Amino acid sequence: MTTLDGGLPVTRRLVLRGAGSVVLASLGVVLVQATPALAAANDKYPEEAFKQKDGKEAVKLLYGRTAEPSDKIKLDAPEIAENGAVVPISVSTSLADVTTIALVVPENPNVLAAYYRIPTGTMPNVANRLKMAKTSNVIAIVESGGKLFSATREVKVTVGGCGG
Amino acid sequence: MASSIRVRAIANGETTEVQTLIQHPMDSGFIKDDKGEFIPAHFIKELTFEHNGRPVFIADWGTAVSKDPYVKFAFKGANKGDDLKVSWVDNKGESDTATFKIQ
Repeated sequence: MTTLDGGLPVTRRLVLRGAGSVVLASLGVVLVQATPALAAANDKYPEEAFKQKDGKEAVKLLYGRTAEPSDKIKLDAPEIAENGAVVPISVSTSLADVTTIALVVPENPNVLAAYYRIPTGTMPNVANRLKMAKTSNVIAIVESGGKLFSATREVKVTVGGCGG
Repeated sequence: MASSIRVRAIANGETTEVQTLIQHPMDSGFIKDDKGEFIPAHFIKELTFEHNGRPVFIADWGTAVSKDPYVKFAFKGANKGDDLKVSWVDNKGESDTATFKIQ
């Protein structure tokens, strides 16, 4: 089991980029089965991505690449939000092997709103409430099988929820 | 002090649906108080749900999540009566943890 210790620092993002796949393959079945829980526990809060002012940059920081639109993502958001302080938003998808769901609001001061890590056995659905500074698109980014997909919806905001 | 976390977790067949409400100001740092001074950012960064010691859902949040946050998700593999441990930590290092029975 000494080889296991050597494999532990491999983060999930590295694994997804393929850099860790060789290591994993050489360690065999035991580590592969243990990976989902370990990866979820290892993954850290994406500090820098949450400070980003630009939607594309935030996604790049989170994932290292960009997403392509998919009609397999259902993004529910109100067409008009009277109160930008509380905008109910939910995401569900029929995509398989979903590992993360991110919500990006490009017109907000900090564009990344939430980043959900979905371990194996958890449904790729999430509902929450976000603040929106003004009328903006809301973008859901779904990471599925190591690929990135997105869905976009515009929400018109009557009274902004971020002050200023 | 009463817990800041309220959870309703209901097992329905193989899926357990979890709804959570947390009491937290979720100050974005972009809002001014009566004196015209910015209220410092104060928001939950990480919210974790564990079933049998295994994380089943992890929310990383920024300043754009609404005050008194609500989140709903569902996962498989839990039974009625199981424990669901919920914990959060915010940007000031404050935290709270509570354990709930799945209904």
